[in-house]
Amino acid sequence: MFEKLALYLQYPFVRYALIVGVLIALCSSLLGVTLVLKRFSFIGDGLSHVAFGAIAIAAVLNLTNEMLLVLPVTIVSAVLLLRTGQNTRIKGDAAIAMISVAALAFGYLLMNLFSTSPNLSGDVCSTLFGSTSILTLTSREVWLCIGLSLAVMAIFVVFYNKIFAVTFDESFAKASGIRVEAYNLLIAVVIAVIIVLAMNLVGSLLISALVIFPALSAMRLFRSFRSVTICSAVLSVCCALIGIIVSILAGTPVGSTIVVVDALAFAACWIIGTMRRG
Amino acid sequence: MALLTARNLSLGYDGQTIVEGLNFTVNAGDYLCIVGENGSGKTTLMKTILRLQEPLGGEIVIGGGLKRSEIGYLPQQTIVQKDFPASVREIVLSGCLSRSGLRPFYNKEEKRLAEENMRRTDILPLADRCYRDLSGGQQQRVLLARALCATRRILLLDEPAASLDPIVTAEMYSLISGLNKEGITIIMISHDITAAVTYADHILHIGKEIFFGTKEEYLESSAGRFFLQEKPVGSGETDAAVQSGEASQEGGGENV
Repeated sequence: MFEKLALYLQYPFVRYALIVGVLIALCSSLLGVTLVLKRFSFIGDGLSHVAFGAIAIAAVLNLTNEMLLVLPVTIVSAVLLLRTGQNTRIKGDAAIAMISVAALAFGYLLMNLFSTSPNLSGDVCSTLFGSTSILTLTSREVWLCIGLSLAVMAIFVVFYNKIFAVTFDESFAKASGIRVEAYNLLIAVVIAVIIVLAMNLVGSLLISALVIFPALSAMRLFRSFRSVTICSAVLSVCCALIGIIVSILAGTPVGSTIVVVDALAFAACWIIGTMRRG
Repeated sequence: MALLTARNLSLGYDGQTIVEGLNFTVNAGDYLCIVGENGSGKTTLMKTILRLQEPLGGEIVIGGGLKRSEIGYLPQQTIVQKDFPASVREIVLSGCLSRSGLRPFYNKEEKRLAEENMRRTDILPLADRCYRDLSGGQQQRVLLARALCATRRILLLDEPAASLDPIVTAEMYSLISGLNKEGITIIMISHDITAAVTYADHILHIGKEIFFGTKEEYLESSAGRFFLQEKPVGSGETDAAVQSGEASQEGGGENV
């Protein structure tokens, strides 16, 4: 088995997949804690469906670099969605549900009407479940991914204390002169970037898992914000690595394998946490 | 020395006025209690003082060299906080944010300040415990320590004793009273009219009738008399509160 793995590791596309997988897993877990606590667990789902719609448009328009369209569209939706959290006319969860299904339907409809590819259902399926795209990354995509991931991590470290304050208590943060709206905006933009990155790895239907599972698992085990954050990052990276390696060896789809590993890790953490408390 | 002066203030949101014609002054060292029925605009007033929202009319003038960011605030607890995975130390430290500005991490001085305020509120032994595992009274102390990190001069407390049992409530009030004696100006919203007239030296009553003045003046005013007779109904402390409420009302009467 290890020989087989060593053989695979000689191929650049496998190394690319591992690098990108680890980086995306790390980034997506960082803001997971904040999203879960702010009751925005499903924002990943909503945004990734928007990104799916944007990809459909890009495909119809025959854009060579779909990122140029997908990233801005997703960022704008993220900003709008986090806004509705404060404006109570449409509740946060309802707004996410609405946008997410509408974008999904719109995207699929567009792909159907203006199909340019002979294998439509294959295309849709791989966009939704990210079946093989991670193994077909070009070196330019890998560098883009590395750059964006580093930016996300740097932002998170620099603004860590502010993000904590804004998550824990918006009114207090605002009263102490922190520009809460600006940080919420920052969080929204970062989430959108993570979502677009993560679509490569697990596809748009499974992104929520990557964002919330590590955070929820870590919250079973640890009791301070810092340890929860670190633990969720470590868990997320380990699960992604195990998932990618298993999928390569066993020939299973990458995205769903990672998510299954994440779910198993959550079950383990839940059992440990319950035993410790009980 | 007036720290805060409200001039002809109108409050409300979405264009609806809740209160108008508010005038009051808070001097350094005062202990002001804001009382009034539910929905009379107490929390709105506090948010306006903190600039979390704009007044509909009139103004709040800040004096005595006080900066906006030097106001310590103890908000009502939110649902999110009840199961928030954070240690006591992390939460108290977040009170130093207005000092640290754009610097990404806390420095030694700020960590020392957090420690000092945990000692002041008697929660230093809990520093590494998780916030969600604490009792209601301990959680309020944590938020009080955080507010103290943000200020040396003035604290705004929004019902610090809400949902605490009578013994813990009394401890909380005496802690706040102690801080006031150390020279920190207190502005507190309270449903507990008995506590208000026991600890505060000034009362602001908002509602149909508006009253601002010293505690002694309040006890003689029509708003005060009416409110003390009505309050409170249906809580565990009803008897004690009504009795002592009547007692202090009589006390006020004798002073005439």
